Amino acid sequence: MDSALIPEGVKRCSPKVFFFWTLPWIALLLWGAVSAALCLLVGLNQTNMSDYFAFAVWIVVDLAIIALGAGAFFTGFLTYIIGKKELKDIINAAVIIGFICYSGAVAMLGIDIGQPIRGWFIFWHVNVHSMLAEVSFCITCYLGVLAIEYLPIILENREIKKVRTLRLAGENLHGIMAVFAATGAFLSFFHQGSLGGLFGVMYARPFDIRGGFYVWPWTFFLFILSAMAAGPSFTILCTKLTEKIARKHLVPEKAFQTLAKISGSLLCFYVVLKIIDTLVWVFGNVPRAGLSFMDFFKEGPYGVWLLVLEILVFGVVPAIILITPSARKSEGWLITGCLMNCIGIVLNRFTFTIVSLAIPVMPFDKFVSYLPTWQEWGVSVAVIGYGFLLFSLSYRYLPIFPKERELNAATK
Amino acid sequence: MEKKHGPAKGNSYGMVIDLDKCTGCGTCMVACAAENNLAVRPDESDKQRSITWMRLYKVTNGKDFPYTEVSYFPRPCMHCDHHTPCVSVCPATATETDPHTGIVSQIYTRCIGCRYCMAACPYHARTFNWWDGYFPKGKGIERYLSPEVSPRMRGVVEKCTFCHHRLMRAKTQAYTEDRRELEEGEYITACTEACPAQAITFGDLKNPEHKVSRLAKSPYAFRLLERLGTEPKVYYLSTKDWVRKLGDNYLPGEFKPVSTVKAG
Repeated sequence: MDSALIPEGVKRCSPKVFFFWTLPWIALLLWGAVSAALCLLVGLNQTNMSDYFAFAVWIVVDLAIIALGAGAFFTGFLTYIIGKKELKDIINAAVIIGFICYSGAVAMLGIDIGQPIRGWFIFWHVNVHSMLAEVSFCITCYLGVLAIEYLPIILENREIKKVRTLRLAGENLHGIMAVFAATGAFLSFFHQGSLGGLFGVMYARPFDIRGGFYVWPWTFFLFILSAMAAGPSFTILCTKLTEKIARKHLVPEKAFQTLAKISGSLLCFYVVLKIIDTLVWVFGNVPRAGLSFMDFFKEGPYGVWLLVLEILVFGVVPAIILITPSARKSEGWLITGCLMNCIGIVLNRFTFTIVSLAIPVMPFDKFVSYLPTWQEWGVSVAVIGYGFLLFSLSYRYLPIFPKERELNAATK
Repeated sequence: MEKKHGPAKGNSYGMVIDLDKCTGCGTCMVACAAENNLAVRPDESDKQRSITWMRLYKVTNGKDFPYTEVSYFPRPCMHCDHHTPCVSVCPATATETDPHTGIVSQIYTRCIGCRYCMAACPYHARTFNWWDGYFPKGKGIERYLSPEVSPRMRGVVEKCTFCHHRLMRAKTQAYTEDRRELEEGEYITACTEACPAQAITFGDLKNPEHKVSRLAKSPYAFRLLERLGTEPKVYYLSTKDWVRKLGDNYLPGEFKPVSTVKAG
């Protein structure tokens, strides 16, 4: 039925199977659509956010997917600027994952703000000192860059390619992709950093406050580094998942190994800096605020275990797995390492958002708890549904893996 | 006795709240709500989402009867002076610290409702409009709404403005009388005016002749979370050490009772 659209020489499931495959993701999207409509029409009272939890699960998901989507800019940087040729086999997937993550995050932010119609005020009445303004500028511009990077992949569709103008446009865009890769890397560097800066500059929140360099708190640099470490791992995970579901090889092992090695090395560097940062914070910033480290965990379910889990279990362990050549060459360990790396970064973003807001600062203030409503979950899981749907459609109709034909011919 | 305001370089309006006088009656909260058109909800039990510019915190010394002591912390916006935590983070410049008055304003029609300011404020002085403003119909409440204060819409953040409209009113009055400066007591907040125990004093912290500036220098004066460096313009007074100790976080042995400080 849709065979004319499927890339030449590759095998895809029947339209019927594909239709059933998309159903759960469409269901998630519908759940998200109902939730989003309620939040936009009735108001944010549909959530369990409160004056204590001004940021909640949506911000955690936003920060997490933006970090995980960093694979796009970093792989682009490695491919087009550093010249890692083997990554050309995975760059398309990285770009699509990045596009999904960023467009999902921007859509969620549109629902998260109380007055979405005024969203453009950030640009019009900008406060240049605000980290959030920097985040908004860079994310919006970078989403545009990602769309431009995604466009030539769409233009490679068999039917679209038949139109001469579109084919030429696609080829020309491919030719100048290094420019967009460089722009993307520049923009990403700043917004990943600003997302970290967002917390580091809250100097009246001792759980977040960090020292820094000039106007940038240390969290600025740590967020960039952690996103660069986790992004490629997420790209590997998504591609491996596609391979498992499609039951075929899509990307040469060399590309995975290069990405995993870089991801692991950066994670090692990050974990060392994160441990130093944590120690400086525990023995410097925290006592200066009149608190001891354990004061943060007097009430509520959060504790030191969360930091141990984030830094040691999901930081040091995946770093060791990914930098050990023999470990990352085994598929099981590679996937475990990448998964743990991604979980670590999600935990980090969770801690900075939820835990820091949950901890009272005034001595007579109380700990209050927060659990998201089904509307909040709805909007959050809709991003997952949207991601699966867009990636599935891209995989089915676009030649996103250049080596797919070659690899599977070899297997046969 | 009324005195002339400070020099032309500007004012720094601030407040001193005497916790030894405060009885926790809540009149300040009610006066504030009435003065500033604070919307209510049919069910106000969810205090984490109700609008309050002035909130009263009850504190105790933690001892058992008969040694129990109780005090109250009325908490308006602190109008932080140094690198105001909420102002510096707002992406849309919807909140500003006026260098001429020291008052931290909130522009409701510009606020996009991102709530970053709320996350940055350690005092929980900012509240978000989770619902549309509601004023029960047919109960005469609409007749009490102040035309000087704009009501807020759903999805924006609001907070204490030190009754900024009263400053405007006082200034207008002064201009009509051909005066450039305000006199002490000419501009005070609704909570200051309403407090039956006269626990709240309001005025220009920069003017040495104003009572607030003298009270703020009292050895018993302290500010909430002072060591974080936010430079609040709301001071508290208490002769009780345990109350002053609750004003900030201290590591063991760090807190110095006033008697010790004086002796030292």
